[in-house]
Amino acid sequence: MARTAIEFRNVSKQYANTSQYAVAGVNMRISEGSFITILGTSGSGKTTLLKMVNRIYEATSGEILYFGEHIHNLNLEEYRRKIGYVIQQVGLFPHMTVEENIGTIPQLLKWDTDTIAKRVDALLELVCLSPLDFKKRYPRQLSGGQQQRVGLARAMAADPGIMLMDEPFGAIDAITRQNLQEELIRIQRKLNKTILFVTHDVNEAFKLGEKVVIMHEGTIQQFDTPYGIITKPANGYVARLIETQDIVQRLKVLKAQSVMLPVDPQLSDCAFRVGTEESLHNILTYFLENDQKHVLVEDNRRGIVGKITWEQLKGSTRQGKVLSA
Amino acid sequence: MITYLLKYYDQMLMLLLEHLYLVCLSMLISLLVAIPIGLFLSRSKWLSAAALSFFGVVYSIPSLALFSFLIPAFGLGKMTAIAVLVIYNQYILVRNTVAGFQSIDASIIEAGYGMGLSAKYMFLKIQLPLALPIILGGIRIATVSTIGIATIAAVIHAGGLGVLLFDGLRMNYLPKIFWGTILSSLLAYLTNHIFLSFETKAIEKARGECRGDEV
Repeated sequence: MARTAIEFRNVSKQYANTSQYAVAGVNMRISEGSFITILGTSGSGKTTLLKMVNRIYEATSGEILYFGEHIHNLNLEEYRRKIGYVIQQVGLFPHMTVEENIGTIPQLLKWDTDTIAKRVDALLELVCLSPLDFKKRYPRQLSGGQQQRVGLARAMAADPGIMLMDEPFGAIDAITRQNLQEELIRIQRKLNKTILFVTHDVNEAFKLGEKVVIMHEGTIQQFDTPYGIITKPANGYVARLIETQDIVQRLKVLKAQSVMLPVDPQLSDCAFRVGTEESLHNILTYFLENDQKHVLVEDNRRGIVGKITWEQLKGSTRQGKVLSA
Repeated sequence: MITYLLKYYDQMLMLLLEHLYLVCLSMLISLLVAIPIGLFLSRSKWLSAAALSFFGVVYSIPSLALFSFLIPAFGLGKMTAIAVLVIYNQYILVRNTVAGFQSIDASIIEAGYGMGLSAKYMFLKIQLPLALPIILGGIRIATVSTIGIATIAAVIHAGGLGVLLFDGLRMNYLPKIFWGTILSSLLAYLTNHIFLSFETKAIEKARGECRGDEV
């Protein structure tokens, strides 16, 4: 059982001069090493929720715990140095080189020069920038995507266990954004960081998050895996929100066992076989590439437990059919 | 002209040094007052707007009027002159200090605090270098205008290059007017030039243009 990295206990936030709560009574536990996306429209309170974790905003009431400790009992600067922070506008220091930007916190932590230099190189490689080319550059000599890579490297400099990311890819073109998303998934799997990632993009939230928090009007509407949210939306708002998600993305989340039809187990059929966990996206791809009309679904003991047909998959992409399947 | 220079160069040098003394001392006091005020005001848009319009009104008072206004308090001489120069400088210096700190992109500040930098580190290593070009611009303009206004201070017996100018005018004696004009404009010109080169350096530093220029 993973430890709880961050826990929200009845956390609310009300900004001065407003009657409404930006965040109202949020309870949530984030386990260590998980990748959580927080999805919502603007004004849903998603950014406020994120920024209360590193105390950019202070909660009006309730408690936030960091590995069981009340964050107000921790020294603010030391606590923040244990948390990587990435924002949409990046906020690189324009008068410092890439190397100096990344090395800021290690330097404050009094690492020796050699260790810092090695760390900078390793981080640049991790975010797919060649250290030799980029170390000595200034932020204005980088493209938007490159700046955010450096922002990511800087946030990870002192090896924080937790990363807070506020729409980090929001201002980046679609192709670069896709690359960055895939690299972030790779980095998270490799380093097992706990990531809280705020986005308003449904596809991004479902692609990146192991679990997705859906926020609306300051409250959590649903906190579940992408699969759980698509198959069992908690309420009408969530159902409407996921309708805006594109079909291909939804198929990536859905698994074979959620739509398969029962078959006679004795049936011997030489059709292609897939596992119960196979995504419908992969099965659709198979149908499109091979002129086949159905596949068989097998469990991990290689017994056939169901089948999926082309007709059925066409139906399952339409909202509603999936849920009744 | 040249004979006047050769005959009285020591006196002229004394007046030049006196002028420099007036300018340097009033700039020093001005900065010690203006930078903390500017820093404090830059936290609030409302407060800085109110304070700047006040300094703006003060700045629009003609210098002779302000000199005579302060003579009852500080008497004739350098004290009054320095007080007036310091008051005038507040407008330019405070305005540029405020503008300098407010010009820094809010995301840089948020990222800095968010990653765990202390307020002291933020000020010395991030905010000050980034605000410096605009602050230096203010210092340059203030110094040049102080050199100009300080000549008028000769009227209230504060000394400086203004003595040459006003003596020359009163006696209708061209060499004095000529050298007074040349020396004070030369001083202003050179000062402007020197500060401009500091400013350019600070701009390059703040933008990250020190080395390699390829994008």
